[in-house]
Amino acid sequence: MSDESIRIGRWSDRLLGANGWIVYLFLYTPIFVLIVFSFNDNQRVAVWTEFSFRWYGEMLQNDAVLRALRNTLIVAGVSTVMSTILGTAAAISMERYRFRGQRSADGLLYLPIIIPDVTMAVMMLLFFAQVFNMTSNVVRLSFGLGTISLAHIAFNIAFVAIVVRARLAQMEPQMEEAAADLYASNWQTFRYVTLPLILPGVAGGALLALTLSLDDVVVTQFVSGPGSTTLPVYVFGLVRRGVTPLINAVSVVMLVASILLVAVSLVFQRRSGRSSPL
Amino acid sequence: MNAKKMMALLMSLALVLLACGADTTAEEPVPAPAPDDTAGEPAPPTGETCAAGETDGNLNFYNWSEYIDPDLLSAFEAEYGVSVVESFYDSNEAMLAQLQAGVVYDLIVPSDYMVGIMIQEGLLLPLQKDAVPNIANLAGQFQAPPYDPGLEYSVAYQYGTTGLGVNLDVVGDDVEPTWALVFDPELASRYSGQISLLNDPRETMGAALMYLGHSINDVDLANLQEATELLAEARQHVATFDSDQYASSLVTGETAVAHGYSGGMITAISDADDPDRFDYLLPAEGATLWVDNMAIPVGAEHPCTAHAFIDFILDAENGATLTNWNWYGSPNAASMEFIEEEVAEFYAETDVAPNLQVIEDTGDYEINFTDFFAQARS
Repeated sequence: MSDESIRIGRWSDRLLGANGWIVYLFLYTPIFVLIVFSFNDNQRVAVWTEFSFRWYGEMLQNDAVLRALRNTLIVAGVSTVMSTILGTAAAISMERYRFRGQRSADGLLYLPIIIPDVTMAVMMLLFFAQVFNMTSNVVRLSFGLGTISLAHIAFNIAFVAIVVRARLAQMEPQMEEAAADLYASNWQTFRYVTLPLILPGVAGGALLALTLSLDDVVVTQFVSGPGSTTLPVYVFGLVRRGVTPLINAVSVVMLVASILLVAVSLVFQRRSGRSSPL
Repeated sequence: MNAKKMMALLMSLALVLLACGADTTAEEPVPAPAPDDTAGEPAPPTGETCAAGETDGNLNFYNWSEYIDPDLLSAFEAEYGVSVVESFYDSNEAMLAQLQAGVVYDLIVPSDYMVGIMIQEGLLLPLQKDAVPNIANLAGQFQAPPYDPGLEYSVAYQYGTTGLGVNLDVVGDDVEPTWALVFDPELASRYSGQISLLNDPRETMGAALMYLGHSINDVDLANLQEATELLAEARQHVATFDSDQYASSLVTGETAVAHGYSGGMITAISDADDPDRFDYLLPAEGATLWVDNMAIPVGAEHPCTAHAFIDFILDAENGATLTNWNWYGSPNAASMEFIEEEVAEFYAETDVAPNLQVIEDTGDYEINFTDFFAQARS
């Protein structure tokens, strides 16, 4: 009887292990293919001829692509920082404080996660158009990187908040209460107790925000203005000419950049975890 | 493809919402400053008269990605002393939504049907032809397109066609350009399993309609029913309905007769190991023509620069540079002598093709194409 269950255990373990391999294969094979083909000399994306750095060279000479890349990074940087700060603040206020209308505020905070991209995009477009109309007598605002960043901040706040809140919810409030007992001010409590404890959540939220910002097409397309095309919009706009391996090269550069970023944040988290006074 | 369709559907929904939203607050019109209204131009909305070659600031150019040779932009900047700020869009619908919301661009490149929609919506500035003398370079069939017959608002930028790519080894060197290759039961059976058709209701139902002698924009249900039966009959010889891989399948030998767009065909065929084995045909019964156009939106801040740019592109040599770079057809008759032979040859038949038709919006009837196409395929 026990013999039987052990055998089943082994068998299912093996199955689980195989499943793990398949999942990783499934996730990383396309990325591997992408990287390999970015070194392909051929004009067509899927036909291999020979190894070359041709597309990396062309990328460095293609002003439109470089500008799109620059725009993407600016928007991603600004929106990640802002939405992480605002999203964390929102999570703390929802989790640690009680106020009137909290329940509905809570529900409304997550709306951007469930409404479709296109709806969000049109809402943003209309909103900015109205604001610009109303303020047109005072100051002349226009669509561009600013509106794209604001729109990204708007949808990212919800994602950051949800991740940070999950972390906060697991945390007992005793630590913070102890800090208060020791006459720590609200800011000191946050700075030296709460923040270090929720940092992994904050970092996770920030990475999620960064990813969402880096590959958003729909919202960005709607609220962009002259000269503010981002890389994903540029790639989708290639329908007229077809996608060349140039895009593979750009993707590899972005991939390497984001892997570095994740690595840096992991190192940072580990170090801060070790040196933490708690 | 399905995702794209879904996207298009959502986009149009968004446009409807946008239109409703915009109406209620449109008291203050889209910012359209008209500094010195010289009133010399009878054209209604904004009347700033531009002389040929006159510029009034940097050009905000809203275009499809990689649709213009960067060298042309630099040449324009050097010649006129203004800069070109490029932005890109991936669909006509997204571009329309931006303009409706009042985002300001000086020059846009809408496709044929979208020009019609934008004219109706009052989103385009009338063209000042005095500022565009090179407009005379346009080939005859681009002088009076159905969506803007008098070229009041738009000028052709580049064009393409939809036809049949063929493997000459299979169909023979003396093949007739006809839709019978896919629709005639006798002829099509010879290439059974080697035919691909576009997975696009308007294009493929349109091909069947044209084979039957109707217009691609025919809105008679009986004719559409007949086309559906024809397609259902032809289906037994069709290997696949494909809008993405049609050209590479042709050059790798998987298919011998491929229904597809000129742009994809020319790239794949000229890249093939032996380009002479393949040809691109425009069926005599009729083929689809699509045209992307240059137009100036209402509210443009630098309309004179935009006119200068349009004239610059319509120049004979510049038009050729454009086509030599992006390999789409040039509507510019004067450019022909400067276009590389390889590309020119490919589009040469367009001049003689008897029956090129532009797909027009059929409004409520549009859904029938989708329904009957699905029916014919199932």
